[in-house]
Amino acid sequence: MDLPLIDFQPIWLSLQLAGVTVLILLVWATPLAWWLAHTRSRFRVVVEAVVALPLVLPPTVLGFYMLILLGPHGWVGGPVQALTGSALSFSFAGLVFASCIYSLPFVVQPLHSAFESVGKVPLETAQSLGASRLDAFFSVISPLARRGYLTAVVLGFAHTLGEFGVVLMVGGNIPGKTKVISIEIYDRVEVLEYTQAHILSAGLLLFSFLVLVMVYSINRRLPVQVT
Amino acid sequence: MKNLLEAKFRMNYPGFNLDVELNLPAKGVTVVFGPSGSGKTTLLRCLSGLERAPSGILKLADQVWQDEGIFIPIHQRKVGLVFQESRLFPHLSIQQNLLYGYQRTQSVERNLHLDEVVEVLGLAALLKRAPDKLSGGEKQRVAIGRALLTSPKLLLMDEPLASLDMQRKAEIIPFIKRIEDEFKTPIIYVTHSVDEVLQLVDTMVILQAGKVANFGPVQEVFSDVQLREVLGEEQLGAVLETSVAGHDEEFELTRLDFMGQTLNVPKQNIDVGQNLRVHIHSKDVSLSTAPPAGVTSVLNILQAKVAKIGTLGGYSVDIELDAGRPILATITRKSLANLNLKPGQPVYAHIKAIKMVH
Amino acid sequence: MVICLLGVSASAWAEDVHVAVASNFLNPLKEIVKRYEKDTGNTLILISASTGKLYAQARHGAPFDILLAADAKRPALLEQEGIGVKGTRFTYAIGALVLWSADPKKIQGVGSLKKMDKSKLAIANPKTAPYGRAAEQTLERLGLWKKLRPFLVQGENISQTLQFVATENAGLGFVAKSQVEDPRFRLKGSRWEVPASLHDPVSQQAILLRPGQAKPAAKQFLAYLKSSAAKTIMQSYGYRFLEE
Repeated sequence: MDLPLIDFQPIWLSLQLAGVTVLILLVWATPLAWWLAHTRSRFRVVVEAVVALPLVLPPTVLGFYMLILLGPHGWVGGPVQALTGSALSFSFAGLVFASCIYSLPFVVQPLHSAFESVGKVPLETAQSLGASRLDAFFSVISPLARRGYLTAVVLGFAHTLGEFGVVLMVGGNIPGKTKVISIEIYDRVEVLEYTQAHILSAGLLLFSFLVLVMVYSINRRLPVQVT
Repeated sequence: MKNLLEAKFRMNYPGFNLDVELNLPAKGVTVVFGPSGSGKTTLLRCLSGLERAPSGILKLADQVWQDEGIFIPIHQRKVGLVFQESRLFPHLSIQQNLLYGYQRTQSVERNLHLDEVVEVLGLAALLKRAPDKLSGGEKQRVAIGRALLTSPKLLLMDEPLASLDMQRKAEIIPFIKRIEDEFKTPIIYVTHSVDEVLQLVDTMVILQAGKVANFGPVQEVFSDVQLREVLGEEQLGAVLETSVAGHDEEFELTRLDFMGQTLNVPKQNIDVGQNLRVHIHSKDVSLSTAPPAGVTSVLNILQAKVAKIGTLGGYSVDIELDAGRPILATITRKSLANLNLKPGQPVYAHIKAIKMVH
Repeated sequence: MVICLLGVSASAWAEDVHVAVASNFLNPLKEIVKRYEKDTGNTLILISASTGKLYAQARHGAPFDILLAADAKRPALLEQEGIGVKGTRFTYAIGALVLWSADPKKIQGVGSLKKMDKSKLAIANPKTAPYGRAAEQTLERLGLWKKLRPFLVQGENISQTLQFVATENAGLGFVAKSQVEDPRFRLKGSRWEVPASLHDPVSQQAILLRPGQAKPAAKQFLAYLKSSAAKTIMQSYGYRFLEE
């Protein structure tokens, strides 16, 4: 394998994108999943459906709306343009934004499940012992929900790594900023550079496989939660 | 500064209403007793702050926990809570569980510390074990210890022994009594088991269909004829406080002093002068209007007056007697008619069996 | 992909002709096809993508009967590789490159390129789209390639490139003249017509492919492209021809 054949930049960019997306998602998926698990509001169904949309919509639909949303006249791109001089399309930040929506259900749903199965009992118990809701969340609920967190992180990360359709539409293929590994592979295939395409694809495949194996084996060693 | 618990709650659920108003002494063990569905758990949740009755009042001594426009959330009330399931945190060790609330109590408010609680509840051997390796009874003791270590002003227990077998229950009840003796923490104890009630209780609250049917010192409440519905026929009867007057070695009996009268029971291993609580089932009490003249094998005959005649229904009727304290007797209506009993009438109560409550 | 179903004659029914067309030529081709089908009753199926992509697909056995590329290189390659039928290759149009912005005030000649500091500049992927290659050449010959590289965004094909500029996600971009001349859209905005000297000519060549060899209707259509009726339509889109 000649190293000059592989461009490491798309690989590194993809890892960064997946990492940043997952971190951001954890922050705002956690309260959302918590609300979904415990609310009795009748809007819950609506919110669940909205969260699940990226699961069923073709990436082209998402990509299309992202293009409009992130552009200089879009609801998100417009203000950003006014503040910083350039819109969010064709930027790493824009991809992060798009990925956060694209991978949202993969982070919210495992957390939602986990919080539901942890239930209210540990929360009530912790509160009766003097813990505020926030304190109880960090000291009791989160540790009990750790399997959910692990699943959310892995799925969110892997899903973002594999993102293609949305990036194709709003990325602009900029090396170092939006040319992620899936686009790089696609480009290589288009110009019949199959060797490079193989190297990258096999690498991605192997990486994903190893990550999943690692996660499942860690998961096995975690004790099953009993309330 | 009165040491009282004042509570008033009104809640409407579909198919169930809670409407209680209580003034209880904030000391000793108060038992909230009633059949399933009577609202015991709801009442407890309101007392703890887990539920918020729309317009409720809750005051403990000088603290207002709930009132018009005021609602102190549960984690700020100094209330300890023990449930039917021990609810130990599986991701923490026993010691960490015990200290969870302690760590969240300000040091100036910590009246109870790990060592004494461990000692009183016998937890030393359990400290280093994992929560899932303990028996049900052991877990409950840990749960009680954990709640105590928050130095609560009030300890609420919701059927804490319900999922334990007889043996385990018998193990734990003495520990609960010790809490009262050693730590002086007032306890409100919810149950539907009469046995637990008898052994622990000082003040009793009877709940029926969301309302308070009766409350007061146990000797009075237990002898209320209205309790038949709640207690069931088998358990109906007076609870009396007696003290040991002496022992009869020859006939292997113990004499108990009750309001100046004497009761004989099988020999007990209790010192003279100690108190003993007894339970007399109403079915075991017969009445006569004439003084016994040594013609009956029944040893225990008390003088009393007819206080109240219960509702006449079916073939039997409950009579409340006054012997200084209330005693209940269940006789046939026919006998009632034959004896022509009237309130105020002096009678003799023949007591066939006495149950010791340890 | 467009399926035209106007009038079907028995002989042509069994012969759906598949035409692979480079993105920039799609709209003019649709107009040409409409006339052609009215005139002859044959049916054409159009597949549109970047020239490079179509080339790769043809090489892998895609069922194209005709390729209308945006360059001469790919049809020549196909001919060499035996997928294109010898003797059928010809230049059907010469493309023109245009620097365009949706903002009517943005572009004032080549100076607008030199003054770029914040906007994104869209070009088609030079590796797969000949107009992208032409844009790259233009920038190189202007000595601006290095300077403007950070501002570049690449469209997958010339259509996506236009879309980036039309939605103003890119402030300006190099597109095919035919796209901004499209009579159906009359795109406004501002433009600079890139002098032909700044890039290799965009000779758009057509070639008959092996699957189409057995279809008389395919040959018929290729011939129709040389007709004055077809050329008139192409002209209205801004294409030129070899004779000029």
